Amino acid sequence: MSTIATRGRSQRAQKVGLWIGLSLGALFAGFPALWMLLSSIKPNTEIFQYPPTFLPETFTMDAYAGILSSGEKLRFFANSYTVALAVVALTLFAGIMAGYALSRFQFPFKGLVNTVVISVQAVPPITLLIPYFGLVVWLKLYDTLWALILTYMVATIPYAILMMTGYFNTIPKELDEAVKVDGGSSLRALWQVLVPAARPGIVSVGAYTFMVAWNEFLFALSLTQSRSNRTVPVGIQLLMGEHSFQWSEMMAMSVLGSVPVLVLFLFFQRQFVSGMTAGAVKA
Amino acid sequence: MSATTTRPHTPLPTPERSRTGPRSRRWWRSGLTAYGYLSPTLLVMLVMMAVPVVMVFAYSTLSNVIMVRDPEFVGLDNYATLLGDPIFRKALGQTGIFTVTSVVLHLVLGLTFAMMLNSGLLPRVASALFRVVFILPWVFTASIVVILWQLLLNPNGVINYVLQTLNLISTRVEWFSNPALALGTVIFINVWAGYPFFMISLLAGLQGIPSDLYEAAAIDGAGWRHRFFSITIPQLMPIILAMAMLDFIWNLQQFPIIFLATGGGPLNATETVATYTYNLAFSKRQFSMASASGVVLFLISAIVALFYVRHQKARD
Repeated sequence: MSTIATRGRSQRAQKVGLWIGLSLGALFAGFPALWMLLSSIKPNTEIFQYPPTFLPETFTMDAYAGILSSGEKLRFFANSYTVALAVVALTLFAGIMAGYALSRFQFPFKGLVNTVVISVQAVPPITLLIPYFGLVVWLKLYDTLWALILTYMVATIPYAILMMTGYFNTIPKELDEAVKVDGGSSLRALWQVLVPAARPGIVSVGAYTFMVAWNEFLFALSLTQSRSNRTVPVGIQLLMGEHSFQWSEMMAMSVLGSVPVLVLFLFFQRQFVSGMTAGAVKA
Repeated sequence: MSATTTRPHTPLPTPERSRTGPRSRRWWRSGLTAYGYLSPTLLVMLVMMAVPVVMVFAYSTLSNVIMVRDPEFVGLDNYATLLGDPIFRKALGQTGIFTVTSVVLHLVLGLTFAMMLNSGLLPRVASALFRVVFILPWVFTASIVVILWQLLLNPNGVINYVLQTLNLISTRVEWFSNPALALGTVIFINVWAGYPFFMISLLAGLQGIPSDLYEAAAIDGAGWRHRFFSITIPQLMPIILAMAMLDFIWNLQQFPIIFLATGGGPLNATETVATYTYNLAFSKRQFSMASASGVVLFLISAIVALFYVRHQKARD
């Protein structure tokens, strides 16, 4: 009897401790994001009131209105979407085909190709930036969105290949062999059998690629120059440097700049998480 | 039924059968098809990876490229100059501190949060909700992370206010511009932004631990400490090692958070090899020196990556 009672008590204590831990964790992880949201609907003068207000005393959507009516700021968003979507399309194209080759074909230097795909991920972006600068100027792509699309693909393709190879490996070979026996080409087997079967993997790779491209900062900062070619992460910093006291607008910009990835994440949470883990652990 | 008595079923034209035909031609054709599928990737990797890596090594042995029309070959002089620069050596040390501290704290926070989520004492909905909140920092891009923390840690900001109200500090703290605090502040921000990746992988790992291991330990009367160190940690070890090495490489190369928060300052207090390289190239226009510095960072990353690949191969 007494052991059951102590066990019940210790379990209750465990539960209380757990909830305290979770609350502290949620405060640490979530409070900054909440503060961002709250600051974006406060007037700028209220942000640095001391003592600070938690909920806005004056509710205003001016910061959002200001962004949505500014062609310059909307351009940052348009650029980010263009670059991210182009990178997703091109990465999926290259990644699916390369994953197919690695999963279904034997060819000379296969081991070498595999090793290269894994090891390029270790090359620091800052090291690549210096030659990219020369290369992009030479290709006449400096200060264009193409410079970003091409350089981002270097980071996204290896991950896409690893993921797609892994997914294709889980699909029974008999399925695509059957297409070939019926006289179909290998391309048809890929398109009609493997791609539909690997859809969860493709979604996961697409979402991850979008996030990487949407969030990139270093190349966007260094390989573009004119304001009309800036992406959201760089654009926010530019505005920050110019109107460093417009905090509510900066926060509204940050909220809008985080929405695409947040939405992708909430929608495709499961694929995202399994993809990330698989990528990290298998890679 | 033994394996020898079962007839191998080979209804489809398998490689075995085609071997009787002109094998090498088939082999070549299959190879060509494979390389056809690989060609977009190989093209991108050749132009955007192989060529630039060769270029950066070449740059690092020349007198100032890009800025000078006919740069001369100077051998390893740039490396000698670099290692002789006390700021570079300081940056190397700080990169080490930044990286090791970040990886350790990512692991500690990630594991703590993952274990809380996996405790089995929570209702499903609560567990899912907390998971989303805990992953949240990972959704924000570095440039937004930094702006957000600049607001929160502003001398007149909410964190100073809370700390002052709780009597933990007497005067408002300049978290970014005080040279004694800047590196710690930057590491803190980097930890906040990066632990969810660890947490997610470790959570998947925890869910994969067979529960009968814990049940057996509970029957033997093992306390939580014993269960943690003799079951949880050993079971997670492969994931922890893999994640730690990956995270080590990433943090070694971390640029935007440091660059945007402090630019390497104040008084080089947060200078790392990445910010040092960037400043050499894009504010001092010393592209050859920057290349040498970039190559040093590359070589350090490559050594860690080599361990990572070996570790992964050993697991397979």
